[in-house]
Amino acid sequence: MIKNSRWINLGFQLAALVLALGFTTLILLAAGAPPLEAYKNIITGSFGSFKKFSDVLVSWVPLLLVSAGLLVTFATGLWNIGVEGQITLGAIATTWALRELQDTSLPPSLIIFLAILAGMAGGALWASLAGALKTFGGVNEIFGGLGLNFVATALTIYLIFGPWKRPGVASMSGTVPFDEALHLTLFPGLRLSPWALVIALIAIVVVYFLLQGTYFGLRLKAVGRNFRAAYRLGVPTWQYMMLSFLICGALAGVAGAMQVTAVYYRLIPAISSGYGYLGLMVAMLVNYQAIWAAPVALFFAALNIGSIQLPIVLKLDSSLSGVLQGMLVLFVLIVEGVRQQLSRRS
Amino acid sequence: MKVELHGIHKFFGNNHANNDITLNIPAGTIQGILGENGAGKSTLMKILSGFIHADGGEILLDDKAVFIQSPATAIHYGVGMLHQDPLDFPPMRVIDNFMIGHTGGLFPNRASVTRDLRLLAEQFGFSLDPDSYVDSLTVGERQQLEIIRLLWLGARVLILDEPTTGISASQKEKLFATLRTLGEQGKTIIFVSHKLEDVEVLCHQVAVLRQGSLVGEAKKPFDTKKLVEMMFGKEISLGARQAVGQQGGVLSLRGISIEDVRLKIKDVDLEVHAGEVIGLAGMEGSGQGSFLRACAGIVRPVDGRVRVRGRDLTGKTYHVYKRNGVEFLPAARLEEGLVPGLSLTEHYVLAERSKGVFINRERGVRLAEERIAAFNIKGTPVNTVESLSGGNQQRALLSLLRSPLSLVLIEHPTRGLDIESVIYIWGKLKERCRHGAAIVFISSDLEEILQYSDRVLVFFSGKVSEPLDAATTSVEQLGQMIGGKGWPEVGAS
Repeated sequence: MIKNSRWINLGFQLAALVLALGFTTLILLAAGAPPLEAYKNIITGSFGSFKKFSDVLVSWVPLLLVSAGLLVTFATGLWNIGVEGQITLGAIATTWALRELQDTSLPPSLIIFLAILAGMAGGALWASLAGALKTFGGVNEIFGGLGLNFVATALTIYLIFGPWKRPGVASMSGTVPFDEALHLTLFPGLRLSPWALVIALIAIVVVYFLLQGTYFGLRLKAVGRNFRAAYRLGVPTWQYMMLSFLICGALAGVAGAMQVTAVYYRLIPAISSGYGYLGLMVAMLVNYQAIWAAPVALFFAALNIGSIQLPIVLKLDSSLSGVLQGMLVLFVLIVEGVRQQLSRRS
Repeated sequence: MKVELHGIHKFFGNNHANNDITLNIPAGTIQGILGENGAGKSTLMKILSGFIHADGGEILLDDKAVFIQSPATAIHYGVGMLHQDPLDFPPMRVIDNFMIGHTGGLFPNRASVTRDLRLLAEQFGFSLDPDSYVDSLTVGERQQLEIIRLLWLGARVLILDEPTTGISASQKEKLFATLRTLGEQGKTIIFVSHKLEDVEVLCHQVAVLRQGSLVGEAKKPFDTKKLVEMMFGKEISLGARQAVGQQGGVLSLRGISIEDVRLKIKDVDLEVHAGEVIGLAGMEGSGQGSFLRACAGIVRPVDGRVRVRGRDLTGKTYHVYKRNGVEFLPAARLEEGLVPGLSLTEHYVLAERSKGVFINRERGVRLAEERIAAFNIKGTPVNTVESLSGGNQQRALLSLLRSPLSLVLIEHPTRGLDIESVIYIWGKLKERCRHGAAIVFISSDLEEILQYSDRVLVFFSGKVSEPLDAATTSVEQLGQMIGGKGWPEVGAS
């Protein structure tokens, strides 16, 4: 029976994938583009060569970090929409630390390490604001987070055009790039940093074990599923909510730190690159199971990178990947709803 | 309007909530509906007002069979219901609440509606400001608003569910006067209550429900004794009472006062001894719920001191109480007691004091197997709690209690359970008493209260009786007190 239902579930998931592809195909047809050509381009653009695949991994790192963090808040029943701002604040804190330390005599590797820690703290701090608003102010974390996202963006722009502006004229291209010594080491010839990859993998593995096998994870889940019963069973509920926010914020902050130390080497206005919202989609899509986060995030990263060459080759906008990602999440949720309806009826 | 109910049946799962209920209410009658909690009163009224549909039987209004599809249909036929908790929109203005059910046109004519509201309010001597916000009104005023709203919409049958809970004495008088006037105008009033006194004063005739069936009807003047007997049934013995030897104080309340939106409980003293069982009797919402929660630190008393085994825990949180050996078991098992989606094993792991960081799965499963066997739970360690039956959920709740304990506070320990589970659960609870714990519990089952308690506190509208000796109190006495009879006259409630 259990085995049977597992196959049925898989069938439903596949149906969602087919529906999402079908819908995106319709959009492509409506736009007058050849769908097969477009999909072929996405696949060759992401897995066509080793170099391209390494670019997918560059995008996978922040997405995986953010998704890992969001798995924690989702387990606690929290919709941490503020994750975008938490990435941004991580990036800002990292940039700040690098700026402060770049002229000291500390070894560069130590400076980078401290800057990543600063990013972690920055993200956690920003998350703690959303958490405090929720636990002490009664502000829903969705609204609090959304508001804080705007503040974070405004802060970035202010820093780029104000105190941290380039000598001469400030520009949307961001702050002055850091010296090469302060970049995370890359694989030779690639844009991918082994350190970033390792950090992301550690994060997801730690979160997996945290949620699967620890008292901490079990308590988070209890708080998420039934706040009042968890309290009655002796779980200090608001403290756990707060911790959950802090963990997610710290991981988002690391994602921001990776954007600064391994991708852009400076603070740019759109430093979070939408990875926060994309991470929310990944977390929803994997139905809060950590084990699926890595492959699904990889798939999403591949869509992102694969669609980059669409404008050049097919004169299509690269936001097509976003359409496909959005469709996928919507159809998976719809199909899940239908499945539950059906199983309730039977 | 004449209201007739013929052979109404309603099932909720296996629960026969309304069993073949037939009722005739002539126009202009004030009909009382009496019964304890869960007797089926609200179900019947919800059927009549279109909130739920009957599984069988028919409704006749003025000799015409009708199908009442929804509350909107009900009001179309002239049937309006006033709910126990007013179903209004507190953040909106009185006038907006008044207009909201109206189905005329796209743009309401505020000025004329305001005039109607004022006229109706004046007619019954209500003072309602159309522009004030509903959340600034008292429960009584919200009720008044709801009554004139329903009348404005054309209600000729008015159903009131426990309308005298939470309103002041003068508002009650005004309400009764209004209802009498409406009766004289030929409107039919259905008055659902558990307060014998109110029913006796107001109603022309009364129907008593018990366990889903109509067990009797009476016309004015009423015989209180007979009504109580109908409400609670005859005494059935659950076996010999067994008192447990009492030693040492466990819980000490001094001058406890509790306030919530509806009720004020003033100045209660109580000493509970180890091994003792205290039953709290009273209709739902009479204050016993807040009282029990105050003993656990979940509700904070506004005054007075709470001591557990001599330690002053006043104002501390439930977790501090818990560390001092107090456990609270709520009636809403899946809402407050257990975590849906988590398995039995996960519950036991959660409830135990954690050892280290990582959960030892095997130990957890072993623990679950032990408890499942010890408490005779029909389920396996991997079953999620919501997949268990009510009785097994209750056993699971009990099996989660830690040892040793000083005090167990329980809401409705056996509500909805079969007799076998009842006896089993009380066996387990009495075992706790023999190990030195005291138990304070709420039940609406008077038999249960008298059977298992050593002493009983009766609650009525926030008033708390002196502890009664369960051995020398009868079901009838208790029933009268629950209905507000036989209380010494001390101050107003």
